[in-house]
Amino acid sequence: MVASDFWTVLPEVLLSLYAMLALVVFVYSGKDKHAALSIWLTSGVFLLLAAIIGLSNAPETVSFNGMFVEDNFARFAKVVILLSAAIVLVMGQDYASKRDMLKFEYPLLVALSVVGMMVMVSAGSLLTLYMGLELQSLALYVIAAFRRDSARSTEAGLKYFVLGALSSGLLLYGSSLVYGFAGTVEFAGIMQATQGDGLSIGLLLGLVFVISGMAFKVSAAPFHMWAPDVYEGAPTSVTAFFATAPKMAAMGLFARVVHDAFGGVIGDWQQVIAVLSLISMFLGAVAAIGQRDIKRLMAYSSIAHMGFALMGLASGTTFGVQAMLIYMAIYVTMNIGMFAFILSMEREGQPVSDIAALNMYSKQEPLKALCVGALMFSMAGVPPLVGFFGKFYVLRAAYDANMAWLAVAGVVASVIGAFYYIRIVYFMYFGEASEPLDANLPRRLHIILVVSAALMIAGTFFSLFGIETLAQIAAASLAN
Amino acid sequence: MIGLEHYLAVAAALFVIGIFGLFLNRKNIIILLMSIELMLLSVNINFVAFSAYLNDYVGQIFTLFVLTVAAAEAAIGLAILVCFFRNKGSIDVEDVNVMKG
Repeated sequence: MVASDFWTVLPEVLLSLYAMLALVVFVYSGKDKHAALSIWLTSGVFLLLAAIIGLSNAPETVSFNGMFVEDNFARFAKVVILLSAAIVLVMGQDYASKRDMLKFEYPLLVALSVVGMMVMVSAGSLLTLYMGLELQSLALYVIAAFRRDSARSTEAGLKYFVLGALSSGLLLYGSSLVYGFAGTVEFAGIMQATQGDGLSIGLLLGLVFVISGMAFKVSAAPFHMWAPDVYEGAPTSVTAFFATAPKMAAMGLFARVVHDAFGGVIGDWQQVIAVLSLISMFLGAVAAIGQRDIKRLMAYSSIAHMGFALMGLASGTTFGVQAMLIYMAIYVTMNIGMFAFILSMEREGQPVSDIAALNMYSKQEPLKALCVGALMFSMAGVPPLVGFFGKFYVLRAAYDANMAWLAVAGVVASVIGAFYYIRIVYFMYFGEASEPLDANLPRRLHIILVVSAALMIAGTFFSLFGIETLAQIAAASLAN
Repeated sequence: MIGLEHYLAVAAALFVIGIFGLFLNRKNIIILLMSIELMLLSVNINFVAFSAYLNDYVGQIFTLFVLTVAAAEAAIGLAILVCFFRNKGSIDVEDVNVMKG
């Protein structure tokens, strides 16, 4: 019994063993001399685990008496998390070595936070949820402040820590109420306790606390205030990571809790999530308009995107979860491409993040400008590109669930949001000429940018590369 | 007779004091860390009270995990605070202002 339980958590165990072992080995063998090796090795381990999890056709299992669930939903989320983390790690290497922050601990901290994320999406009880979330968060606090000599980076770390700890506190208080009123911490048990006469007031209060704690982690408005500062202050290679894997993990956790634990009382959380989604979409779209810093702009853009992903969840149907998963996979791909570009923005060796630096970029680098343009149009949700299909699925999910008002609001918000995405394209093609950015950029970032933009265009012709079916299988394994 | 509701009331009061400490405090970042600790410990009271009430030991185990994580969290918070102090020479909340927001 116990042996088979350990087989289920093998990927997580392997990854944590790797992180601890590598930490010891690198400390005794020259520390930062092998930082590059550490990056490649960690990313290789991520890819290996993604392959193991993605290609396994083991049946869905529940282990450790229901505390850990390995189903298709968890597998989908884990593969997205591992792949994006692997790419983002490799992406940041040049940036880090130029700024003298290429340290062997960085990839290992990322590995530990990835373990946390994998536990989060597999959580089957409030205890596993909390442990996964904290493992992820504690590692993320440290890497936000990774550039120790920079006032901005440490300030970002401090802000992230204080607000992150507040959100953990809210989530935990909610968990304690749920435990007290349901009499168990296991999702299956909570599901049973809520059947029959619906939610008691204590459970409802607990649910609201838990949802607001998780809304912090996905940076949904009105719990978004940390995101712009942390995105701006953290080193860009770290920001790229923040914008991808942790978002997928937190959305996965969100779906897991509301469906697996509270799937019997959809009406009680639907309205809460719909309101979160509505505020996030509009706040993200409106507040981004005034931004001059591209990293801050990406923070508001991600708040708006989380609003759309939550719209899928707000519908409370299996199709809604499927739409959310499709949306997140597309969002992660777009953000990887966009951050590959942002990492490469430099002038005389110094990183630049002002949008005005993009003026007339198309003259200097036609191919890259075209790729960034495609990504921007895709993020805005302009029809022929893949980003449109992400929005289309969530809107349809909301419409099917009799939430036409939310779908209409989503369309309005995405029209407002299109303004600032397309303004970047305007700068690149019609702006006033200014000092050009450096031309000699790492080939790696170039390839990632082009591939990501190409996927945004090609996905339309290859029916999204089958993500739709995979997301459908994944969504079907959540309780409803 | 002290019953479950008394414990819950104490825990809720401590939790709210912790949240207010986070938002109303204009002085010192150390006080923020203390407020966070207060929030987590109030949750522990909740868990133990429910655990005794339900006659179920899961709540107590949860408490042990929360204590451990709170210790780790405090360690990381202080470490970040030390780095921050080295850069700014101050731990006043008002000095956390390089970025607006």
